[in-house]
Amino acid sequence: MWLAALAPLAYLAGCVLTDNLGANPIDFVTDTLGDWTLRMLLASLAVTPLRLLTGQAWLVTLRRLLGLFAFAYAVMHFSVWVVLDFFFDWPLMAADIVKRPYITVGMTALVLLTPLALTSTAGMVKRLGARAWRRLHRLVYVAAILGVLHYLWLAKVGVKTPWVYAAILALLLGIRIVAAVRRRASAPRAGASVEAARARWVKRRLEDTRPR
Amino acid sequence: MLIRRAPTFRSSEITDEKLYLGRRRFIAGATALGLSGGIVTDALLSELAEAAKAPQGAPLKAPRNPAFVHADPLNKIEDATSYNNFYEFGVNKDDPARLGGTLKTRPWTVKVEGLVAKPKTYDIDELLRFPLEERVYSLRCVEAWSMIIPWIGFPLSALLKQVEPTSTAKYVEFVTLHDPQQFPGQKPGFFGSSLDWPYVEGLRLDEAMHPLTLMTVGMYGQVLPNQNGAPFRVVVPWKYGFKSGKSIVRVRLTADQPKTSWEKAAPQEYGFYSNVNPTVDHPRWSQATERRIGEFRRRKTLMFNGYADQVASLYTGLDLKKHY
Repeated sequence: MWLAALAPLAYLAGCVLTDNLGANPIDFVTDTLGDWTLRMLLASLAVTPLRLLTGQAWLVTLRRLLGLFAFAYAVMHFSVWVVLDFFFDWPLMAADIVKRPYITVGMTALVLLTPLALTSTAGMVKRLGARAWRRLHRLVYVAAILGVLHYLWLAKVGVKTPWVYAAILALLLGIRIVAAVRRRASAPRAGASVEAARARWVKRRLEDTRPR
Repeated sequence: MLIRRAPTFRSSEITDEKLYLGRRRFIAGATALGLSGGIVTDALLSELAEAAKAPQGAPLKAPRNPAFVHADPLNKIEDATSYNNFYEFGVNKDDPARLGGTLKTRPWTVKVEGLVAKPKTYDIDELLRFPLEERVYSLRCVEAWSMIIPWIGFPLSALLKQVEPTSTAKYVEFVTLHDPQQFPGQKPGFFGSSLDWPYVEGLRLDEAMHPLTLMTVGMYGQVLPNQNGAPFRVVVPWKYGFKSGKSIVRVRLTADQPKTSWEKAAPQEYGFYSNVNPTVDHPRWSQATERRIGEFRRRKTLMFNGYADQVASLYTGLDLKKHY
């Protein structure tokens, strides 16, 4: 898994060494790192659906590594933009972050991923408590949606690849929604959600025919 | 994974630099002797005949017009022929060089029609007999990168004078070949087609008649490579690159403003004029700076891509923020 996750970096390094980055090396490196950020993010989000579909519990051990690699690629993607593309021209970058929605959402996604990467250790899970940790890490759904939106908004009309990512993300999130709905339907009492409790309460009141 | 390949032309097709420089000197000498001032020598004729038969990458000679040179150094031919947009081949910038082989540039005819007194269908060989010259232009892509390229061609005005536009003609429309067999990018994919085919571009008649507007058949001393819009394209250096239609089969004079492909695809992002303008941003990215291919730092984008002295007068009284 480490090898697979590092392969894109090795490929980029190879391109640098053989001077094979094309006519616009900075754009090429930025785009490649951005592609792999999204791929890693989608791969980490594919773990749970795959586990649900195949019943292979061990898959969950891959999730943290994939998530951290997604973050690492995002940081590199951002660094190339800061250092190579704009060469620390902070005013111009700040203007772009505010003015261009695709950069705004891309920056937001990176900011959202940061606490997830910082709390990825077993110690942090313990310190936060499993429930709070899980709630915090639901931010990855928002980050993934913003990441795909970032790609959709920066691509020119006619470029369809962002839609492939959007379709995969929709599928991965869709599986989760279906699974959650089923869980709720099959075990309403165990769910103990506010809505379910309220529904039960209303039902009891309606069934309660005692005069008042 | 993205696999990058070398450009499709063989190294043997690249003009040897010594020959290239020798030719430059020959042309300079010929110019000095006044040979190129409209007098076509036998040598030139046979060279043109050779170029006419030639595959892409074949040498094509034309004297450099000293009135159209650029202060910045030329970009490498490898970059200009391997990194560009030509959606007919695909939406990635290495697609044209990778997939350009399927385009057949001979036989090739160009219909010049519409509001003209003498409509005519030109064979590509006829177009190659126009007095050709080399001009070094800057090409600024709407994606905020640029290159300095030596083109070979002749002013569009020379062609239009032959067909005699009528007094009602106000615009010129350029139509690119539509043939999915030759242009794989024109086949619709899973998510539909990238653009509405055929590719249509257009200019106002006075823009078309401007001496800078060049009908182009070659670059870097060679016949135009397929990936750069062979065999016949227009180059309009003060507008974003997509305004310079490639692989043109039809030039039509009209009374109404042509509906261009990018305008149809995203009217809020691409206007009919599309003049290079650092003060009018693309809605999703800034046009204030650009990266010259081969350079590290961004450079400031110039008004009308540096051709303001020549073309600004075309637009007096026109609100360029509104007519982007």
